[in-house]
Amino acid sequence: MKLKSLLVGLGLLAGMGTAYAEDDPFKVGFVYVGPVGDLGWSYEHDRGRKELEEYFGDKVETTYVENVPEGADAERVITQLAKAGNDLIFTTSFGFMNPTIKVAKRFPKVTFEHATGYKRAKNVGTYVLRTYEGRYVSGVAAGMLTETDTIGYIGSFPIPEVIRDIDSAFMGAKSVNPNVKMKIVWVNSWYDPGKETDAANALMDQGVDVLLQHTDSPAPLIAAEKRGARAVGQASDQSQFAPKAHIFSVRDDWAPYYISVVEAVMNGTYKPSDYWGGFQEDMLSLASINDNLPDDVRAKIDETYEKINSGEFHPFTGPITDNKGNVVVPEGHTLTDQELAQVNWYVEGITDEIPR
Amino acid sequence: MDIDLITQILFAAVKTGTPLLFVALGEVICEKTGVLNLGQEGMMLMGAVVGFMAAYGSGNAGIGIIGAMLIGSAMSLIFGFLVLHLGANQVATGLALTIFGTGLSAFIGSSVVGHTIPGFQPMHIPGLSELPIVGKALFSHDPLVYLAVVMAFLVSYVANRTRLGLTIKAVGENPHAANAIGIKVLRVRYLAVMFGGAMAGLGGAYMSLVYTPMWVENMTAGRGWIALALVVFASWRVGNIVLGAYLFGVASIMHLVLQGMGWSISPNLLAMLPYVATIVVMVLISADQFKEKLLAPRSLGKPFDPRQMA
Repeated sequence: MKLKSLLVGLGLLAGMGTAYAEDDPFKVGFVYVGPVGDLGWSYEHDRGRKELEEYFGDKVETTYVENVPEGADAERVITQLAKAGNDLIFTTSFGFMNPTIKVAKRFPKVTFEHATGYKRAKNVGTYVLRTYEGRYVSGVAAGMLTETDTIGYIGSFPIPEVIRDIDSAFMGAKSVNPNVKMKIVWVNSWYDPGKETDAANALMDQGVDVLLQHTDSPAPLIAAEKRGARAVGQASDQSQFAPKAHIFSVRDDWAPYYISVVEAVMNGTYKPSDYWGGFQEDMLSLASINDNLPDDVRAKIDETYEKINSGEFHPFTGPITDNKGNVVVPEGHTLTDQELAQVNWYVEGITDEIPR
Repeated sequence: MDIDLITQILFAAVKTGTPLLFVALGEVICEKTGVLNLGQEGMMLMGAVVGFMAAYGSGNAGIGIIGAMLIGSAMSLIFGFLVLHLGANQVATGLALTIFGTGLSAFIGSSVVGHTIPGFQPMHIPGLSELPIVGKALFSHDPLVYLAVVMAFLVSYVANRTRLGLTIKAVGENPHAANAIGIKVLRVRYLAVMFGGAMAGLGGAYMSLVYTPMWVENMTAGRGWIALALVVFASWRVGNIVLGAYLFGVASIMHLVLQGMGWSISPNLLAMLPYVATIVVMVLISADQFKEKLLAPRSLGKPFDPRQMA
């Protein structure tokens, strides 16, 4: 019995080594850090997976593993997916970076794509969203809507991605409201609805009336709805949680990228790169803009979106000074993607310090 | 710091302390009969998920509360059977119950992830809620906050002023003596364990129905453990438990408030506050060993077998 299963296993392994036949579907695996039902980050990746299946029909077959902890478990899961004959594997959280690189070395024929990381290899590419674009528009809306001139920001971890977005949101708010102030609270988690609620309430207690968040649960929106404040939804369309408070949601859309990568790998034209997608690439969108917004706010949201979408305006265009008085972006310069990945300063006007 | 802010902090502290209070009140009765149940976190999570599903399905938050209390006591019965009937190790069984509840709640809750319910409306107590400072902070809460306070009075009364309280104490201090005078030790312990389970379920439901009206995996985030520490912190006294619960409430929201005020202290340090407070109190209590011996139920954690003599 044991021998038999061993032989079957070997047979399977041998079969995997051979190139896939013409009519075999192209197999794509996905690794998610959260449950697909989180209505945030992982939910959106899974929506991308479903659209990928719809687009290619029988030609592509997908599998996913949800709720994978970052660390040793991730390596095991990625290895399993590679062994199961997947031709392409997407690993969708920052903490999957090292496991992805490790497994990729052992499976040189499989292509890997890692979201939000910075390590690449011959068969590993990276991709990330220009969330700062959505953040700038959020800031503009918040700056116009706040009556107390105080915006609250719930942060997860002080890493460049999050700090960059705080800067972007603040510059957006400042562009329409020179008196605006921002209060920042760190909750040290991507997803902890209890703590996010506490943070939202603590901010509102201190005069904040518009909330922005870089954490994934709709809890701050629910808290804002209860107290008549306003908030922007994160990663996914979260309007149903706060019909009155919801300004809009900055929604991630991974499908265009997933489709293009699958196409490239299928055609043999794939080259690993560091891909950045935003409004222009249809990977970020403003979902469910609330009908209850004043006309001028609505118009300004549309205008700002258009400016960024057309490439006419980039939030990180100099001159920009940090809150210690150093010029961080000289006049006439726009931060490159590489520089954007390293933003570790607060822009002038944020009266706070980055926790170290 | 202005008056309004103090009011808000008090308000938030009472809200944050309430789930801890529910769970600790259940556990203190359980421990007073000599049974240490470390499964609070697992029972809370089951209460949170079942309470949410019942409230979501029926559209009635009250049904959610009842469902949560029922599942909490059902979970505690598993624990009770293992430790009281089969004499299993209480610490190990309690830990297993926590792990089991964490996994099971995530499994059955996956269908309601991403939904929300209206929850409870705040109940302003006429007259009192108009008082300055304390009115808003103490008398404008949802009904469950008041229920927690009423339960505290009730538990305190039963434990200190009634025959039932004496029975509980006897069973926890010396089960063999209690047995000899005709008290059914195992029955008392079973009932206490079930009461503890129901209260843990209620604490969990407070999280998923009131605090953040939604269900998310592992949403109690260690509050069951804090409640356990709270019982020791309070040296098994109900009055101290009430104080301690609200104190923990203050400690756990203070770091968010201070950050908003622009204090440049590492949020990690501030977030540690409630846990540091727990450790400090534990050290203080255990330093005075004589005192602890006087206060802790003497048979805590020890199995009882009526066939054996003391």
